[in-house]
Amino acid sequence: MMAGTEQSVTPRPVYDERLSRAVERFLYAEADLLDRWQLHEWLELFPAAGRYLVPATDKPDGEPDRDLFLIQDDRFLLEQRVDSLLKRSAHAEYPHSRTRRLVTNIAAQARPGGEVDVTANFAVFRIRNATTDTYVGQYRHVLEPGPDETFRFLIRKAVLDLDALRPLGKISIIL
Amino acid sequence: MSEYVDDDREMPRFRVSRKAMVDPGVFAREREQIFDHSWLYIGHETELRKPNDFRTRTVGGRPLIFARDAKGQIRVWVNSCPHRGAMLCREPQGNARFLTCFYHGWSFSSAGDLVSMPDDASYGENFARPGLAAPAKVDSYRGFVFISFDPGITGLRSYLAGAAEYIDLVADQSEVGMQVLDGTHEYSARTNWKLLVENSYDGYHAASTHQRYFQMVMAARGQLDPRALLDSRAIDLGNGHAVAAGAASTSSLFGRPLSEAGLAERTARFERMRRTYGDAWVDRIEGARNLVIFPNFVLIDLVMGVVIRRIEPVSPGYLEVSGWHLAPPDEGEELHRQRLDNFLTFWGPGGLATPDDVEALETCQRSYAAASELPWSDISRGMNKPAPSASDELQMRIWWRRWNELMTGEKSPPEDHAPLGGVFVGKRASEADQHATT
Repeated sequence: MMAGTEQSVTPRPVYDERLSRAVERFLYAEADLLDRWQLHEWLELFPAAGRYLVPATDKPDGEPDRDLFLIQDDRFLLEQRVDSLLKRSAHAEYPHSRTRRLVTNIAAQARPGGEVDVTANFAVFRIRNATTDTYVGQYRHVLEPGPDETFRFLIRKAVLDLDALRPLGKISIIL
Repeated sequence: MSEYVDDDREMPRFRVSRKAMVDPGVFAREREQIFDHSWLYIGHETELRKPNDFRTRTVGGRPLIFARDAKGQIRVWVNSCPHRGAMLCREPQGNARFLTCFYHGWSFSSAGDLVSMPDDASYGENFARPGLAAPAKVDSYRGFVFISFDPGITGLRSYLAGAAEYIDLVADQSEVGMQVLDGTHEYSARTNWKLLVENSYDGYHAASTHQRYFQMVMAARGQLDPRALLDSRAIDLGNGHAVAAGAASTSSLFGRPLSEAGLAERTARFERMRRTYGDAWVDRIEGARNLVIFPNFVLIDLVMGVVIRRIEPVSPGYLEVSGWHLAPPDEGEELHRQRLDNFLTFWGPGGLATPDDVEALETCQRSYAAASELPWSDISRGMNKPAPSASDELQMRIWWRRWNELMTGEKSPPEDHAPLGGVFVGKRASEADQHATT
């Protein structure tokens, strides 16, 4: 490149800066609820039509109505999942593991209809029995905006970058 | 009594040594004496839809390429260049007319022939050009492809013995052929592989380990009668294979109720099947089955979802699992969606059941560090019964007796139980029989 023609390499943002900051606050608060195991409070972040999705590791762009997923909970199943995670009957999480979530690179953009598309990177560490399992991936959510820069999940999707759940073996926590 | 299996018919009592789960010497001998002399599942024909499609898989510890050649024939290759050994395929799946080794550029056709090598003239005229290596045997039954590393092994159909009929009960559920869906459950467990085999057809653990799942079913259905689990039989299928087979009432225990439209479509499908195959066979199809084909292939059909599970031992305390969803592609969208839903609530590493199985098996394995204080595990349940059910442990004893025979040479006769009857013996109508064998 010739001197004097250098251009900025900063990519142009394809997201709404102010909205992204609001979504950032929402996702931080959400991560905090999950790390504290305040799952009933967390469940309130889903309206009746809300869904929680985790695609298969070898089909990250899969369609939940056609392909095999790891998790595709509607509100009823999510409530069942959350209720049992807080009882002794979810054996894989009794006693509860410790988790710590890092959520970064948050980008949000509103659709003309008002729904908000969000991408964010995540690393979720799960610590139990002297073993640390690390789940890495990207959130691809669709949020429903509420009053005062609050949101609820229409789609809460965690796309893993792992090529298999090995040696993790399972997703017994909420990702 | 061998070092590993205590099969006492007098008491009666059946125990297996926990050493068999932790000893690296046992693990090494399992590779040689079991995995090198069995038919091992590699994949389903529908996973390779087009000519030249391939998938890479590790089977019995060997890196393999599961492929269709240019003419559409199923092939299995060792994923290693015959020149110096670099892997030919490094992707989990793809489509390639030629398999080319990036190390020195040797190139092979999808039929395994060496088609080019750079600087060909530096090899003599008489140089024997090696093709791709393959396992000794490759064969399939109703779309399920198995391989064997033993050139002298009995044919696949005779190896499957009575298990073939249970594959038929699954394969007959679609008029156009059952198909593996895209998306794989690739996971693992920090436990010995034999514990997951046992767990795959252990009805006894369902009520306690999977309380959480049945609470969900109860919330969805409003009622649940766990006695349906007892309407079942554990059945010896020969060669170490066994099934825990349930009557149609078992289906009331699993999944959320179908929508009206879903139920109507399902009923119409089964009516059509009744015309093709006859009532006796379809009554049987409407039941449930947890099948294990020795040593490591699992096929579970709880009516609203068929799971194919392949267990790959990695070390005495670690296994890898692959789970696939086999479904009829000729089903409508709504029924398919409900099938996916019912499959996922139970199966797989994110379901409401499988993670708790993994937890149970991992704690077993950790506790076997005390094997010198507590050397045996008990698998006696139902030995004293005329007709053991899926909640007994006959199916596991059948597996372990075959394991013991291959590992120690000790043979023990099958248990004597009441003959099967009713819904467990229905056959296909005779005209359907002719159709299925052509």
